[in-house]
Amino acid sequence: MIDSITLTIDGKPVIAAPGTTILKAAASAGIEIPTICYHDYCTANALCRLCVVEVEGSRVLVPSCVAKVSEGMKVSTSTQRVIRSRRTILEMLASTVDLSEAPEIQAYMHEYGAQSERFPEAEQRLSPVLDDNPMYIRDYSKCVLCWRCVQVCAEDAQYTHAINFSGRGFETQISTFFEKPLPETTCVFCGQCVAVCPTNALKPKRQWLLEQGYSPDEIMSLTRTERRRRMRRETAAEQPASGGKS
Amino acid sequence: MTLNDRVVTTTCPFCGVGCTLQLHMQDDFIYRVTSPYDSVVNRGNLCVKGRFGYDFIYNQKRVTKPLIRRTPQKPGQRTQAFDLSEWREVSWDEALEYVADRLVEIYRRNGSHAMATYCCAKATNEDNYLLEKMYRAIFRTNNVDHCTRLCHAASVVALQMAVGSSAMSNTAAEVAQNDVFIITGSNTAENHPIIALQMKAAIQKHGAKLIVVDPRRVEMVNYATLWLPEKPGSDVAVFSAMAHVILKEKLYNQAFIDQRTENFQAFAASIEKFTPEYAESVSGVERNLIVEAARLYGNAKNAAIYWSLGIPEHSHGTANALALINLALLTGNIGRPGTGLNPLRGQNNVQGASDMGAMPWHYPGYQRVDDETNARKFEQAWNIEPGGLNRELGLTTTEIVSAIGPNGVRSLYIMGENPMMSEPNLNHTRHKMEQLEFVVAQDIFINESGAFADVFLPAVSWAEKDGTFTNTDRRVQRVRKAIPPRGEARADWQIICDLAKRLEARLGRPNSAGWDYQHPSEIMREIGTVVPEYRGITYPRIEQTGIQVPAWDENHPGTPYLFAETFPRGRGKFHPLEDARMAEMPDEDYPLILTTGRVLEHWHGGTLTRHSWLDDLFPEALMEINPADAARLKVVEGSPVRVTSRRGSIVLRAKVTQKTTPGVVFIPFHFHEAAANLLTQDVIDPQAKIPEYKACAVRVSPAREEELANPEARQVRGRY
Repeated sequence: MIDSITLTIDGKPVIAAPGTTILKAAASAGIEIPTICYHDYCTANALCRLCVVEVEGSRVLVPSCVAKVSEGMKVSTSTQRVIRSRRTILEMLASTVDLSEAPEIQAYMHEYGAQSERFPEAEQRLSPVLDDNPMYIRDYSKCVLCWRCVQVCAEDAQYTHAINFSGRGFETQISTFFEKPLPETTCVFCGQCVAVCPTNALKPKRQWLLEQGYSPDEIMSLTRTERRRRMRRETAAEQPASGGKS
Repeated sequence: MTLNDRVVTTTCPFCGVGCTLQLHMQDDFIYRVTSPYDSVVNRGNLCVKGRFGYDFIYNQKRVTKPLIRRTPQKPGQRTQAFDLSEWREVSWDEALEYVADRLVEIYRRNGSHAMATYCCAKATNEDNYLLEKMYRAIFRTNNVDHCTRLCHAASVVALQMAVGSSAMSNTAAEVAQNDVFIITGSNTAENHPIIALQMKAAIQKHGAKLIVVDPRRVEMVNYATLWLPEKPGSDVAVFSAMAHVILKEKLYNQAFIDQRTENFQAFAASIEKFTPEYAESVSGVERNLIVEAARLYGNAKNAAIYWSLGIPEHSHGTANALALINLALLTGNIGRPGTGLNPLRGQNNVQGASDMGAMPWHYPGYQRVDDETNARKFEQAWNIEPGGLNRELGLTTTEIVSAIGPNGVRSLYIMGENPMMSEPNLNHTRHKMEQLEFVVAQDIFINESGAFADVFLPAVSWAEKDGTFTNTDRRVQRVRKAIPPRGEARADWQIICDLAKRLEARLGRPNSAGWDYQHPSEIMREIGTVVPEYRGITYPRIEQTGIQVPAWDENHPGTPYLFAETFPRGRGKFHPLEDARMAEMPDEDYPLILTTGRVLEHWHGGTLTRHSWLDDLFPEALMEINPADAARLKVVEGSPVRVTSRRGSIVLRAKVTQKTTPGVVFIPFHFHEAAANLLTQDVIDPQAKIPEYKACAVRVSPAREEELANPEARQVRGRY
């Protein structure tokens, strides 16, 4: 068994253990590759493609978060083709998703010169804020479908399987089964999903209320009935939206 | 609006897992809780209580000014006062002067045996150390106990008898190294959620096999290779039958038995009668399941046992725990990584409160009070004249309640506990509480017990003070002050020091036991001088990561697993067992067995979680009943039922579910509106004095909607 692999990344010779991803090997050499869907703590799925790199001999760009190093590999992490690809990904995201509370992605946009108006005809992915429980809200207008929440709800942490993808293509959204309110699902409100969300699409309810200008005293003086009334009203308002979506 | 993001790292105040929390605050308002992914205990994972359940600290019902009852209370006519109008707001000075006067008056008139205190498994090590010190040093009594008596007392006693130590032998995360593990009497997924995640991963990712022995089909059964659905109270028979099979099939570890244990022959003889056939007749578990479980455990390379309150909370709790210990000794599954005897401790700091001597038979560090050398050691440490400390064993929690009366216990100082929810047979407890002459409650809310008090001393929550908690795998971790005290609330250790000085002045003690601390770190330094296991615990050493006790000196790295070379008592001792059943068997009048426990969203007596938005998720008591029993009793999902035992009666809604086995109903004990402990019985284990919460006989009958305390409180839930 080979215990180390030698490759070059951006011309630098790098030694890594077999099974290491290009992303990790690059990080060990001080070369940072941008990521959105990747989280150290979750299984990598190469969904956002922001981490793509060029590998000599490979026809297409390679997602570095899942591609493993191999002997003699020659990797380039910031060629014109890579940069253009990353910029386009960021521009497409910005044209459809509300990234206002995703500072890391905004920083990448700045770094790559991405223009949020690049695709003026693009349809925004809009959905009402789901406020169906006392612990956290779900604002899927801000969701980039990174899948972290689904994974920590499943085998990456909790084994609860309360949420998954629903719909296809543009209609894809994170959802509970049959779009049931969270308390009626297997959700245990551990909030692992809230912790890994990169765009604040998932947010603790008290943080959300505080940001809306409620004072701590006002938040804490909401009675259970008031908290529930809000819940019902929002749910009632949502019905046409979710009904019309399919 | 962008929020400020001040972050303070601390330790979760709920269960014994001891997760690391990072509190995110704007001004003094915590709006988000996260956990670092490199945290040693929980790897960034939290449960609903840790992540969202902290909001009780801002609840507007919190009491933040000292209170004295308007109407003076008399023994026999003591009442509960929940409403603030029944109390008078006073200064700290007035409150503490009054407490000191009354306590000293009773002590002078009736002596040490009239004094008693409940320490608190939710408070810090430092708080508990000082409260037991105050009662021992000033009132010369060992009537000091806390809720460990009501949870793992029997596990502690059994482990002390068999191996000489009483804590989880191994680190929780070692479950990943188990080939086979047993969970019994523990609904781990709800009550130790983060350990349950590690268990699920051990099964799904590392190929471990799980055996669940439990009368309930708890969530972990979904991950189990074998589930042994025993009748409540039949643990001795089931586990002894497993030992019987292991003996007959020669799956035991002869080398380990020879080198590390004693009393094997007597044990082997006693196990002869526990055939699988016999165990089946007692427990209802099919004999083949018992044989299979024995083979699985007996053939494992690394096997561990995890248990919680379903084992100790019986009138024969000590025997139950000994049956588990016998299994581990028989197979040599102890003293190595990934093995062990692991009682999962309930409270965030029940291990610490026990270590701190908040118990009637032991000084801090499990040093017995009836041992002359120990007493002299503590007399020196606390500046007490030789012979000054009381050498008699004190009363346990349940015995304190029973001893209330004209010639018994006259006054009770309750720090943070809620005996009026957590004691068994609450009608009896209520009657006893009414007889007290003077009651002090030190808490953050007026709970069912605090409502009986003469004086209410407002303490701070865990987010408003510094200190340490010791978690279930013996890791001493920092608790940090994140926000200033609410209102005039004070840290428990400060209240105790202030009061102790007033008491010493009144009693004219020539030497002070020492109550001048600037910071809890100084208290910990003192603890290190009297508790050898804590000598290596100092605040600078645990600043980043907690250390697992024993830590024998300031260079000791801590102890991830115990008993590598030897047991504290020398050899591990086998205990021959006789079969034992629940004290109250079902009969014609009371045909069902009630077992009690907890749910994911709530904590014990509910003082914290029922003042949190957590209560929205689980707002009412529900009785779980098997569909077979439900059909027979004409009970449907959500319908109101009356549950009656020989001691009391409550009305609540039914939840018809396979989670409970036929003949058994389950009620969580968090809800004062339908307090399960009105039904339970106060029969206690003779050795550990722990009550039998886990089994009593009840009758269930349909009730009317109007009989429910709060018919409006309903929340549909889909979780298991």
